[in-house]
Amino acid sequence: MTEKEALDIVVLAGGISHERDVSLRTGRRVADGLNAVGHRVAFREPDGTLLAFLEQAHPDVVWPALHGASGEDGALRGLLELTGVPFVGSRADASRLAWSKPTAKTLVGRAGVATPASVTLPQETFRELGAGSVLATVLAGLGLPLVVKPAQGGSAQGVTIVTAADELPRAMVDAYTYGDVALIERKVDGVEVSVAVVDTGDGPEALPAVEIEPVEGAYTFDARYNAGETRFFAPARLDPEVAAAVADAATTAHQALGLRHLSRIDLIVDAAGTPWFLEANVLPGLTETSIMPQAITAAGREQGEVYSALARAAIADS
Amino acid sequence: MIEQGTSQQRGNNLDPWYNHYAQRTSGLAASEVRALFAVASRPEVVSLAGGMPFVSALPQDLVSGAMERVMREQGAVALQYGSGQGIPALREQILDVMALEGISGSADDVIVTTGSQHALELFSKLFIDPGDVVLAEGPSYVTAMVIFKSYQAEVDHVPMDEHGLIPEALREHIARLKTAGRRVKFLYTVPTFHNPAGVTLTWERRLEILEIARQNDILVLEDNPYGLLYFGDKPPAAMRSVEKDGVVYLGTFSKTLAPGFRVGWALAPHAIREKLILANEAAVLSPSSFSQLVISEYLGEADWRGQIDTFRGVYRERKEAMISALEEHLPELSWTNPNGGFYVWVTLPPHLDSKAMLPRAVTELVAYTPGTAFFADGTGAQHIRLSFCYPTPENIRVGVRRLANVIGGEQDLLETFAGTGPLEAAPRRSRTSANPPTDLR
Repeated sequence: MTEKEALDIVVLAGGISHERDVSLRTGRRVADGLNAVGHRVAFREPDGTLLAFLEQAHPDVVWPALHGASGEDGALRGLLELTGVPFVGSRADASRLAWSKPTAKTLVGRAGVATPASVTLPQETFRELGAGSVLATVLAGLGLPLVVKPAQGGSAQGVTIVTAADELPRAMVDAYTYGDVALIERKVDGVEVSVAVVDTGDGPEALPAVEIEPVEGAYTFDARYNAGETRFFAPARLDPEVAAAVADAATTAHQALGLRHLSRIDLIVDAAGTPWFLEANVLPGLTETSIMPQAITAAGREQGEVYSALARAAIADS
Repeated sequence: MIEQGTSQQRGNNLDPWYNHYAQRTSGLAASEVRALFAVASRPEVVSLAGGMPFVSALPQDLVSGAMERVMREQGAVALQYGSGQGIPALREQILDVMALEGISGSADDVIVTTGSQHALELFSKLFIDPGDVVLAEGPSYVTAMVIFKSYQAEVDHVPMDEHGLIPEALREHIARLKTAGRRVKFLYTVPTFHNPAGVTLTWERRLEILEIARQNDILVLEDNPYGLLYFGDKPPAAMRSVEKDGVVYLGTFSKTLAPGFRVGWALAPHAIREKLILANEAAVLSPSSFSQLVISEYLGEADWRGQIDTFRGVYRERKEAMISALEEHLPELSWTNPNGGFYVWVTLPPHLDSKAMLPRAVTELVAYTPGTAFFADGTGAQHIRLSFCYPTPENIRVGVRRLANVIGGEQDLLETFAGTGPLEAAPRRSRTSANPPTDLR
């Protein structure tokens, strides 16, 4: 890359969300990748000086690596749109849709992708209708096992797999500790896969699905961020026609939510080979133990090259 | 191609050395709780979690002057390796510091270490075999326990009350362990302005505990980082002041000067001292000559006793701000009211789990350390440690007000689900670390 071709890129990472630590790691990896291919990269935290800095510095593009609220819920992206600075990733409106897991399930379900039966309940509902009767109705309607998670957020924070009825109250408490709304979802048994979707201008492309097999238990926060605690298969061990269905479900979800540039779609493939949509992430984790970097490698591509192509796509889209 | 196929069948765990780590490292892992602490470093967050000294109360010219004189007059020595025991002049001055707490000794028995934390590490290396028992207060200093566990010791917590470690409980624990055929190597104690409990062991109990240790052939490891930071009356003299052969004493300049120098020390009986020196040399060759000389210069030229008085004033004001904020915003809770040191130990209402509550605190932009960090077995969920050393009094009040919102919200949530099933937080896997990062301990 010549000096002239190199871009001035601001990587945004950190912030004050529950996922700050993960964001810093993602951001450093993105910055390393972009540096490696010759771009001029500034690494910044979002703070009181950010907007003035962007106005003054006029970078070619911003590469948001902010996980969690503000970064993924559309707030910061909305402000970036107002500044006119090109940025990588989904726009504010699409981010808001994906950030809400129940909304994303609805939209992706309407687009024809299966998604597990669920109910979304704010904490107030339990107060209003009585926790005992609400829990009983949930159990009668959805059965066991269940997955309880905050309606927003990532990294499996506040997520519990409930296998017995008496585990449900504490699971609700753990989810509500992260936010006021919880999603209770019927757990589908099957192979857990994640699909990174990349669109650098030629339409969304599903990278090889990555299969996730925790060494023990579930794919929890600990299993995600301690190397060695999860076994990944990239590409996933799926029959070709199932792999094609998974890729199709991922790109369908990406498009149904109006996502842009990159996303990660989490799915379960049941015994019949049906992919079930769980959630979409507008900023996939890009840490040393994250899934998307493995998908990029499995696709035979370089991290820096992909992050660079996304940056150029953002400029082209602006 | 065959290897690729095999690898694909086996999958990739992202750490090719996963099965090579020593067993003792099994606790060294990332955890959700630890990740949450990352937010504590942001300025929007009032962190009542960290035990960081307020070094801004130390006039920088005092330090820069000492550094300049050291480089001008002893530059070649400052930049060179030194003795594994530490610089003799500094060891003499350390005797003056310890004399303030009633300790007399010989500079020959002082070993300078890279913070007293490193003395803890060296001491543990000398004494702990896998399966040994270390007695410690319950709760106890988190990073001491990390070291003890890394040498595969079992930490047995002995209860405390507002007067510190309970001698009768200590007797019972020793008797029970002996009956069970367990080998107790030493008692680790922070008798003065305890971390995290904030309480101070009375003089009578100090004598009684030393007697119990003598009777049972148990060495006492007295860790005293906060003893000079008292707010009113002086605390009782150090245990080492009355027991020379059965106590290894740890001191530090981290709280009375600045932790950035990383200089602490051990005062040990001569045989232990010799082994500590050899262990120190094996680990670091020598503690930092530069840091030692700067501290020695500072102690020789500056009014260091006056500076400690300044620190006392700063911390007293902050402690009072914290206690009054607790009285105003959380009157239904109970807490310790320390006469020195850095910490208040708060007891939450029944059923509240301080570790499970942490995400809500992060959302409310306040950080604390869950009580579970201070028990080797992960109990202590009904407690939190609040540090008043670093935030300003105003921020302490803001932080406690936010904490009250956190506790109120969590109580409200638990009341909503009361009677629907067990609400105790699910046990987490103990092999991942819930400990706060280093700058928050």
